[in-house]
Amino acid sequence: MELLRVIDGEGRPLREAPCTDEDARALLERMIFLRAFDERAVALQRQGRIGTYAPYRGMEACQAGAASALSPEDWLLPTYRDHGAAMIHGLPVEEALAYWAGRVESYRAPAEVNVFPPAVPIATQIPHAAGIGWGLRRAGSAAAVLCFFGDGATSEGDFHEGINFAGVFRAPVVFFCQNNGYAISVPFSRQTAAASIAVRAAGYGIAGERVDGNDALAVLDAVRRALQRAREGGGPTLIEALTYRVGPHTTSDDPSRYRDPEEAQRLALGDPLERLRRYLAGRGAWDEADEARAQEAARARVAAAVRAVEAMAPPDPADIFAHVYGAEPLFFQEQRRRFLAELESAARPGAGGPAARGPAPGGAAGGPAVRTEGGGR
Amino acid sequence: MRDNVLMREALREALDEEMARDERVFLMGEDIADPMGGSYKITLGLSTKYGKHRVRNTPISEIAIVGAGVGAAITGMRPVAEIMYVDFLEVAMDQVVSQAAKIRYMSGGQLSVPLVIRCQGGPGRSAAAQHSQMLEAWFFHVPGLKVVMPSTPYDAKGLLKAAIRDDNPVIFFEQNGLYNTRGPVPDPGEDYTVPLGKADIKREGKDVTIVAYAQMTLFALQAAEQLAKEDGVEAEVVDLRTVSPWDKETVLRSFRKTGALVVAHQAVRQGGVGAEIAATVYEEALDLVDVEIARVGAKFAPTPFAPHLERYVIPGKDEIVAAVRTTLERGGRFGAVGQAAAQRAGAV
Repeated sequence: MELLRVIDGEGRPLREAPCTDEDARALLERMIFLRAFDERAVALQRQGRIGTYAPYRGMEACQAGAASALSPEDWLLPTYRDHGAAMIHGLPVEEALAYWAGRVESYRAPAEVNVFPPAVPIATQIPHAAGIGWGLRRAGSAAAVLCFFGDGATSEGDFHEGINFAGVFRAPVVFFCQNNGYAISVPFSRQTAAASIAVRAAGYGIAGERVDGNDALAVLDAVRRALQRAREGGGPTLIEALTYRVGPHTTSDDPSRYRDPEEAQRLALGDPLERLRRYLAGRGAWDEADEARAQEAARARVAAAVRAVEAMAPPDPADIFAHVYGAEPLFFQEQRRRFLAELESAARPGAGGPAARGPAPGGAAGGPAVRTEGGGR
Repeated sequence: MRDNVLMREALREALDEEMARDERVFLMGEDIADPMGGSYKITLGLSTKYGKHRVRNTPISEIAIVGAGVGAAITGMRPVAEIMYVDFLEVAMDQVVSQAAKIRYMSGGQLSVPLVIRCQGGPGRSAAAQHSQMLEAWFFHVPGLKVVMPSTPYDAKGLLKAAIRDDNPVIFFEQNGLYNTRGPVPDPGEDYTVPLGKADIKREGKDVTIVAYAQMTLFALQAAEQLAKEDGVEAEVVDLRTVSPWDKETVLRSFRKTGALVVAHQAVRQGGVGAEIAATVYEEALDLVDVEIARVGAKFAPTPFAPHLERYVIPGKDEIVAAVRTTLERGGRFGAVGQAAAQRAGAV
C-alpha cells in the first residue's frame, strides 16, 4: 500500500500541502508545545513529582496532525499515550498533567470538549468509538469520532469486533493507528504477519490509508479526508500512521534492553518537528525568532500547569467513593459514612492506626493505571 | 390488572413501553430483529414496530455489543443490549467490568453509562456446561454495576423499566426457566416501575427466613408450603429481586423476626451471593444470641448434560426444605415450632 507523504525526511515538499502556511505554523507551534510538555513530564517523574508516565516523544506529528483535523464537536478517544492529541482537542493542560499525578479529578474535559477518558487496557476504546458514532448519527449530529490506538491493539479481539461493527453500521469513525513499531518490547513483526495494518481495511470493507506518521501535513491531510468521508455517510476509515516510539514504553521501561539504539536512524522517519520546521523555513514562513517565541510560550504554558497541579489540595479521602454510581444505593452511602466516621475517630488525639495520619500524599484512586514492567502495551 | 401474563410477554411489554416513551431507547443484539425476534422471542415484533434502526441485529460480537452500547450510552442514548446467554457475557467481561462499570469514575463523573445488558440463562434444561451457568456472583463483585434477577412477570416488567431509566449500567439477568411462568401484571400502558435495590417479601412467616431470587424464589415458596404442611414451620420468603445492590434492611428485618436464615440460589455455592448475605447477616446480628444460618447452592461442578445428573448438581425445592430442617434442628428449634416437627422427625 502506498505511503502518503507531503514532505520528505528533510522537509522538502513532495506534493501540494493540505493547508496554508499559517495553518502549518500553528501546527508546528502545537508540536513544540507537545514536546515541551512531554519533556517536562518525564523530568517531573524523575524528580518524583508525578507518577509513572508514558512519553509520546517522536509521535507529535501524529497527535497534533490528527487532532488538528477535528472540529470542536467531534469526539476523540485517546489511549494513555495520546494526551498530546487530547490537549490539542481542548483537554486543559492542567487536567492532562493531573492525570499523571494520580488525581481522581483529572482528565475531566469541560462539557463542550468531547474527549473520552484515556483507554489504558488495550483496544477497549475501539468498540466504544463504534457506539459513539452510532449515538451521534441517531441524534442527528454531523460530528465524527477519531479513535487512537497503537499497533499492539490490532492484535486484540476488541479491534476486530469494533472495526467490523463500525463497518457494518457505517459508523462515522476514523480509526487512527499509530504504528510506532513496539508494543512494550514486542516489535511489529510479532503482532501480525501482514505487511501493514492499513491493508486490513479491505477485510472489513472500509477505506484504508497509510501515511508517514512523522509528516504532520500528511497526517492532517489523511485524517481530514477520512473525517469528511465519515460525516458524509461514507463510513469508517482505518488509517495507519507509521511512526516510532523514540522513548520508553513508560518511565518504568528501559528500551535499551530489547532494541538497537541505532534502529531509529535506520528507519529514516526523521524528527517530526524538525521536518515541519525545515519545510516552513524553506518557504520563508519560520525563523529563529518564531522558534524562540514558540518555545517560550510552550514552556510558560507547561510551567503554569505544573504550578496549578502542585497547588491542588491533597485528595479528599471521601473521593474513593465519588462517581462510582449515579444516584447512590443506600448501602453505598452507608459505606462512605462508616469510612469517614472511622477516619474521624482515628484522627482524634490519642487514637492510633494508619488513618490517623490523614490523607496519603500524592495520588488517590482513579489515577493512571498504566502497567509498568511486565504489563501494559 | 391482568392475572395471567407470561413472563416473556411482560418483558416484551417493558421494552415496548420504554421505546414508546423514550426515543433514546434502542435495542441491539444477535438475532433480535424480526422475523427471529430474539432466541427467546422477547423482542418479537419490536423491529417491525420501531424499525431496524431501533432494534438492531448485530454481528456475533459480544465485546462490540457491550462496547458499542457503552459508547452509545455516553452520547446520551439508552441502549438495551441483549447477550444471548449469560455464559457469552464472559467474552465481554472487560467491557462490562473495566469499561461500563468504571467510566463514570474514570471520567470524574463527567460521563455516565445508562446501559442495560439483558441476558438469560440458567439450569434445568439439559443445556450442559456452557449454556446453563448462573454467573451473577461475578457481576455482584463489581462496584459500579447493578444486577437484577426477577422471579415474577410483575417484577420483571417493573424492574426492566426501572433498569432502562437508571443512569448506571445494569445487568438484567432473566432466568430462562421462568419465561413461561405466568402471573398478574397491570394492563399495557399502565406505567409502573419496581425500584432497583428493593426486596419483596413473597410469603410472610415467623420461624425461618428464606432469601432467594430468580427461579429459586419459586422453589422457596414451594418449600415453604411443604414445610408448613409437614412441619408446621412458617417460613418467610424474601425475594431479593435486585442482587446488587441487595436489600440488606429487608433481609435483616426478617431475620430479626425469625432468628434463622437460609439463603438459596442455583449458582455454585462457593463464593456465591449467598455467602455474602450469610456473612453480612451474621456480622450485623452479633447481638442475637441464638442465630442459625445456612446456604443452599449448586455443587462445585460444571452443569451436566444428562438431565438426571444435572438434578444432582443444581438445588431446588427439596434442598431448601432439607436446609431449613437441618438449620432448625441444629438450633433446637423444632420444639418451639410445634409438635408436627417432632412427628416428622419420628417418621423419618
